[in-house]
Amino acid sequence: MPIVVVLVLIVLGSVLFHFLSPWWWTPIASNWDYIDNTIIITFWITGVVFAAVVLFMAYCVFRFRHREGSRAAYEPENRRLEWWLTIVTGVGVTAMLVPGLFVWSRFVNVPSDATVVEVVGQQWQWSFRLPGKDGKLGTSDTRDVTAENPLGVIAKDPNGQDDVVVEAADLHLPVGKPVKMLLRSIDVLHDFYVPEFRAKMDMIPGSVTYFWFTPTKTGTFQVLCAELCGQGHPMMHGIVMVDTQEDYVAWLDQQQTFAQLSAPQQTGSAEQAPGNATVSALKVAAKLETVGSR
Amino acid sequence: MVDVTPADAVPPAEVAEMELYHPHSWWTKYVFSQDAKVIAIQYSGTATAIGLVALVLSWLMRLQLGFPGTFDFITPEAYYQFITMHGMIMVIYLLTALFLGGFGNYLIPLMVGARDMVFPYVNMLSYWIYLLAVLVLVSSFFAPGGPTGAGWTLYPPQAIMTGTPGGQEWGIILMLVSLILFIIGFTMGGLNYVVTVLQARTRGMTMMRLPLTVWGIFTATVMALLAFPALFVACVMMLLDRALGTSFFMPAVVEMGEQLQHNGGSPILFQHLFWFFGHPEVYIVALPAFGIVSDLISTHARKNIFGYRMMVWAIVGIGALSFVVWAHHMYVSGMHPYFGFFFATTTLIIAIPTAIKVYNWVLTLWRGDIHLTIPMLFAMAFIVTFVNGGLTGLFLGNVVVDVPLSDTMFVVAHFHMVMGVAPILVIFGAIYHWYPKVTGRMLNETLGRFHFWVTFLGAYLIFFPMHYIGLMGVPRRYAEMTDVTVMTESAHHLNSFISIMAFIVGFAQIVFLFNLIWSIRHGREAGGNPWRATTLEWQTPQTPPAHGNFGKELPIVYRWAYDYSVPGAKEDFIPQNMPGTFGPSREPA
Repeated sequence: MPIVVVLVLIVLGSVLFHFLSPWWWTPIASNWDYIDNTIIITFWITGVVFAAVVLFMAYCVFRFRHREGSRAAYEPENRRLEWWLTIVTGVGVTAMLVPGLFVWSRFVNVPSDATVVEVVGQQWQWSFRLPGKDGKLGTSDTRDVTAENPLGVIAKDPNGQDDVVVEAADLHLPVGKPVKMLLRSIDVLHDFYVPEFRAKMDMIPGSVTYFWFTPTKTGTFQVLCAELCGQGHPMMHGIVMVDTQEDYVAWLDQQQTFAQLSAPQQTGSAEQAPGNATVSALKVAAKLETVGSR
Repeated sequence: MVDVTPADAVPPAEVAEMELYHPHSWWTKYVFSQDAKVIAIQYSGTATAIGLVALVLSWLMRLQLGFPGTFDFITPEAYYQFITMHGMIMVIYLLTALFLGGFGNYLIPLMVGARDMVFPYVNMLSYWIYLLAVLVLVSSFFAPGGPTGAGWTLYPPQAIMTGTPGGQEWGIILMLVSLILFIIGFTMGGLNYVVTVLQARTRGMTMMRLPLTVWGIFTATVMALLAFPALFVACVMMLLDRALGTSFFMPAVVEMGEQLQHNGGSPILFQHLFWFFGHPEVYIVALPAFGIVSDLISTHARKNIFGYRMMVWAIVGIGALSFVVWAHHMYVSGMHPYFGFFFATTTLIIAIPTAIKVYNWVLTLWRGDIHLTIPMLFAMAFIVTFVNGGLTGLFLGNVVVDVPLSDTMFVVAHFHMVMGVAPILVIFGAIYHWYPKVTGRMLNETLGRFHFWVTFLGAYLIFFPMHYIGLMGVPRRYAEMTDVTVMTESAHHLNSFISIMAFIVGFAQIVFLFNLIWSIRHGREAGGNPWRATTLEWQTPQTPPAHGNFGKELPIVYRWAYDYSVPGAKEDFIPQNMPGTFGPSREPA
C-alpha cells in the first residue's frame, strides 16, 4: 500500500513544485513570448496526462491489489477503447504541434526590416561585426584569419572596409528593432545563447547560421555558449547591452572600422612554426588564463 | 474465436534439432563458452563492472556541480572527461550491452523454445570482442592525456582539436577504436538474435505468440543492425581525420591562432550520421525495456497484457518511425531551418504509439490481481519515470519549444529520466524477476525493497527538479555554473541537494550488488517457477536450465504467452506448453 500513497504524493508534489518553487524562467526581454506561450500550453497538456496516468495507476493498485482468493479479469483487448485513446492522444499531440509549427515559421522567416549583426565565436570569446554606412557586411573566410584580422574579413572586398569590428568586447543593440544575428565560428562549434532572448543557434566553422529577434527591454544581458567547445566552454561569456537609440548611436560612434583597425600593419604577422602537442597545450593554458581573468 | 491450435497443425521449426557443441573442460564451459546463458552472464557482468565506473564518474561530476570550487582535482578538463565517459559507457557499454547481450542472450533461446542461439561460436566471439572494446575504452584512462572529453556526442571539430582533452592525444583515438570494436562485436551477436527468433522457434511458437520481451529485443536488434553502421562510418571517418589529416568533418579552422591544414569538411555531416544512429539508439534501449516491463506487469498482475496485437504493432511502428526523427537532436545545429517542420511532425507522431503502450500497461492493471512484488514495484516506477520523461520529450521534440531548452539542463533531466532511469528500473525489475531462474534462488526481499524505494524516489528527486534549472536557462555541460547570471543562489542549493541524492542513490546500488552476490548462496530456494509464469523459460526441467535448455524434448507451444486468470482454468496461469482447452480461449489470432 505505501506505493499508492507514494504515487499520489508524486503527482501532488510535482504539481506543487511546479507552481510554488522559485525556479522558473528568467523574465523575457525579446519578442519570443510566443515561445513561452507554447511552453505553457505544453506544460498544461503534459501535466494533465502525467497526473491522469499516475493517479489511474494508483487507483488500480488500491482497488485491484491482491487479496486472498481474488482473481483477475480476462480481457485480451478492447478495440473501441484502444481506438478512442489513440484519437484523444492524436488530438493532444496536434494541440501542441500546430502552435509550435506556427511559431517556428515566424522564427525562421526574418522580417525584411531587420538589421544585421555578425557574431563570430572562437575559443573562448565572442566578437562582433556590424555593417558600416553602406549597410552591407563584407565577405569573410576563415583562411584570412590572422592576428591583425581576427574575424577573417576579406580585405579585397570593398563592402568590408567600413564594417564595424568589435573584438572580444560587449555588443550593443538598439531596443525595439528587429535584428538578424548572422553566426559564424573560426574554430569549433559554439552556440550564441542569451536566456532572456529565448533564442539560440549553433555556430559552425565554414557556414553562416542565423536567428532573429527584437530586443524589447533595455539592460545588460549575459551571453552564454551553449554548445560544448572545449575546456573553456563554461567560461565563454559575453555581454549584450540593449540600449535606447541615443545610447546606441553614441556607442556606435566610438567603434572602429575594419579599415581603421587594419591600417597600421597591412603585412601579415610571421607565422608561428606548427606546434607539437606541448606547445599547443601551453597555448590552451594561456588562452584559458586570459578568458578566466576577464 | 480461435481455439487452441492442435500441435500437428502448426508449422514446425524450420531448422532441424541443432547439434550443440558440448564443452569438455572448465575453460570451454565457463570461459570460452558457447552456451548463450553463460555468454549472457559474461555480458551482464562486464556491463555491470564498466557501469560501476560510470556510476563513480557521475559522483565525481556531482561533486563538482553540487559543491563548486571545493574539489581542486576536478578541473574543467577532468570534468569533461568524466561526462564523456559517463555518457558513452552508460548508453553503449552498459545499457545496449546489458539489454541485448545480457537479456537477449539469456532469454531469447529460452523464450522461443530453442536449445541455443543459432550460431553459438559467433555468439561467443561477440562477447570477446565486446570485452576487448571495453578494455580499449578503459585503457584510455591510463593513456597520456587521459580519455577524450569531447562529450559523448563527440562532435567535430572540437573532438579532434587541442582545446578538448584527449583531442590531439590518445583519448579520442581509443574512443573511436573502442566503438568500432563494439559495433563489430554487436553485429555478431545481433545477427544471432535475429536469426534465432526468425528461424529457431519451437513448434507452435508463431510470431504472434512470442512474449513481448522477445518482440522488444528482436525489434531493437533489427534497429541496431541498421543504425550502428552509421556510427561505424562516422567513427572511421573521424579516425581518418584525426590520424591521417583527412577532412571529412573538418572545414578550414584556426586552432589557437594557427591555421590547420583541413579544408572542405562538414561538421554537420557528422551530426547527421551520429544521430541517425543516436536516435534509434534511444529506442534500442527502450524497446527491450518496453517488452520486458509488459511481461513483468502481466505476470505480477496475473492478467493478460492488454491489447497484445496493438503492443506488437506499436513496438514495430516505433522502431520504424524512430529512423525518421533523428534531426530533432539538431534543431539548433544550424541545419536548414525547414527541416524543423518535418522532424517536429514525425517526432510528435511517434508519441502516439508510445502513448498507446503506456495506456495498455496501466489498463493491464485494471481489474487485475496485483501482487506488489519487487518486479511489479519496479515496473510501476518505470511507468512513472517513463511517462514523465516521455512527456518532457514533447517539449524538446516540438521544434520551437526546443529552441530555448536545447543544450540546457532540461535536456539532461529529460534524457536521464526517459532513457537512463526508466530503462534501468526495468533492468532492476527484470533482475529480481529472472534471478531465480538464473541461480535457483530468490534475491533477498528486505534488501530488495530498500533498493527499490531509495532508487525510485531518489532518482525522481534528482531529475525532476533538474528540469527547472534548465528552464531557467542554465546550459548543460558547464563545469562551473557559478558565473551564469540566471543561476540564482537558491538554484545552487538545489544543485547541492541533487548531488546529495545522487550519492544516496549510488549507495543503494552497492546494496543491490551485495544482494546479487549474497543471494547466490544464501537466497531462499526458488523452485522452477516461483512467479507461476506462463512463458517457456519457467518450464525448463532444471533450474538453472542446463546446456540445451529443455532436456530431451523441445517444448511444443499451444497458446500465447498471456493466459493468466483464464475463466474455467483451475490455476490462474496456463503455461504456453500446456495442451488443452479451458473454456473459450480468446487468444488474439
